Amino acid sequence: MNNFQYVRAADLSGAAQFASSRDGVSFIAGGTNLVDLMKYSVVHPTALVDLNRLSLHEITDRPEGGVRIGALVTNSNLAYHPVISARYPMLSRAILAGASPQLRNKATTGGNLLQRTRCVYFYDPAVPCNKREPGTGCPAKEGANRILAILGTSVQCIATHPSDMCVAMAALSAIVQVTGPSGDRSVPLADFHRLPGEHPEIDTVLSKGEIITAVDLPATGFAGNSAYVKVRDRQSYAFALISVAAGLEIVDGFITHAGVALGGVAHKPWRSAELEQRLLVGKPANRNTWHDFQTALLDGAQGFGENDFKLKLAPVTLVRALEQAAHEGETI
Amino acid sequence: MINEAAVERHSALAVETRLTVNGHAHTLYIEPWTSLLDLLRENLRLTGSKKGCDHGQCGACTVLLDGVRVNSCLCLAVMHDGAEVTTIEGLGGETHLSPMQQAFVDHDGYQCGYCTPGQICSAVGMLREGHVKTEADIREQLSGNLCRCGAYPNIVAAVKHVMTAAAAGEGGAQ
Repeated sequence: MNNFQYVRAADLSGAAQFASSRDGVSFIAGGTNLVDLMKYSVVHPTALVDLNRLSLHEITDRPEGGVRIGALVTNSNLAYHPVISARYPMLSRAILAGASPQLRNKATTGGNLLQRTRCVYFYDPAVPCNKREPGTGCPAKEGANRILAILGTSVQCIATHPSDMCVAMAALSAIVQVTGPSGDRSVPLADFHRLPGEHPEIDTVLSKGEIITAVDLPATGFAGNSAYVKVRDRQSYAFALISVAAGLEIVDGFITHAGVALGGVAHKPWRSAELEQRLLVGKPANRNTWHDFQTALLDGAQGFGENDFKLKLAPVTLVRALEQAAHEGETI
Repeated sequence: MINEAAVERHSALAVETRLTVNGHAHTLYIEPWTSLLDLLRENLRLTGSKKGCDHGQCGACTVLLDGVRVNSCLCLAVMHDGAEVTTIEGLGGETHLSPMQQAFVDHDGYQCGYCTPGQICSAVGMLREGHVKTEADIREQLSGNLCRCGAYPNIVAAVKHVMTAAAAGEGGAQ
């Protein structure tokens, strides 16, 4: 790990000002990913601004019926919070399907949004990687790409976003609250992470000095009919090969509202609200509907060798999650 | 014993940090890149917590930070000013084993013993969290602690024993 300056942030504006006026500054909260990346010499911040003393630890009700999750709420506290487990069960399940208890006790909501890909080439400074060092190349496309993307890839990068939490938040239409040198703004989670395109080194739409303060969930939590299905190489403590967060509202056998997102397939949680409107809403909650929807959502998927199996695994995982969500609570 | 002289001001970047470790208060000058694990082992000579992978993958470094189990290898010590840390040494010693330590001995919950301090701290933290009801829950909730010897069945038996005893009111959950 390189040497760096350490600063304890006393307030948001001071933290944003410090980070925006210097090069190479990172914010740190739980540190479970950032410290690891520093140990591997993947990132080399000149200074760390510790956000933990800021008042962003609360989960509060919103006037419109949703909840606001402070950026410093730990993954454990979020998953086990009675409001979240009762009203947004797919978010609790997604978080508890990720990492280990020790990591979840430390990792934060804001940090989880900002965690980096687990592509093995990104993590190894001895080899080229366009995400770590732009312009050096991408050995992953012809290499060890078992965990990597099949959708939204670019010539430069086929990395996946590793989060479980973000997949559920995408399906829930969460909004990320951000503050920074240019003021406050709200970013839909669907737009928060980028596709790699020409600039795989940039993961999100955050600009220099911007800080995540909260994630808002709307009132609709799909508590009655939701599922989080995660397929991985071992049953616990492993990143997703494919994961699906599925939420449905069903009236008299017909879908009235839906939110469905995939993890393990792209540089960001993969969701299409437009396809949900066209192929799920108003349709009967049955396998024909799931089939039409998964075919459209996975259109254009492409494997790179080791990850070709995902082309078969993604559709069946999607169907399983939708089926499970549609029949949640039913006695068969 | 506690070698605070070794934690003197090393550089201009060192940060004053107060930590209570196993009940002993320390005021330390810590370089920001020092992990809590390295501070415990190298500066405070508490070598019970183990550096297995140093990347948060094996759990051998697990300690209780303000009562909550964490991977000390991924904690920067300066970030925990004012915190209370409990390591395996703070749970009990040779003449006064804690219930969880005694259960690991009684159930032979180890072979080489390298992962054991982390397993025990993790198990104590897990029971405090209160989300475990079944044997499957124990296995899931201890998945952040690897045992290369594969002593898992006996580890689960030890934890189950303490959990059952605590439920029956035979002393604390530790």
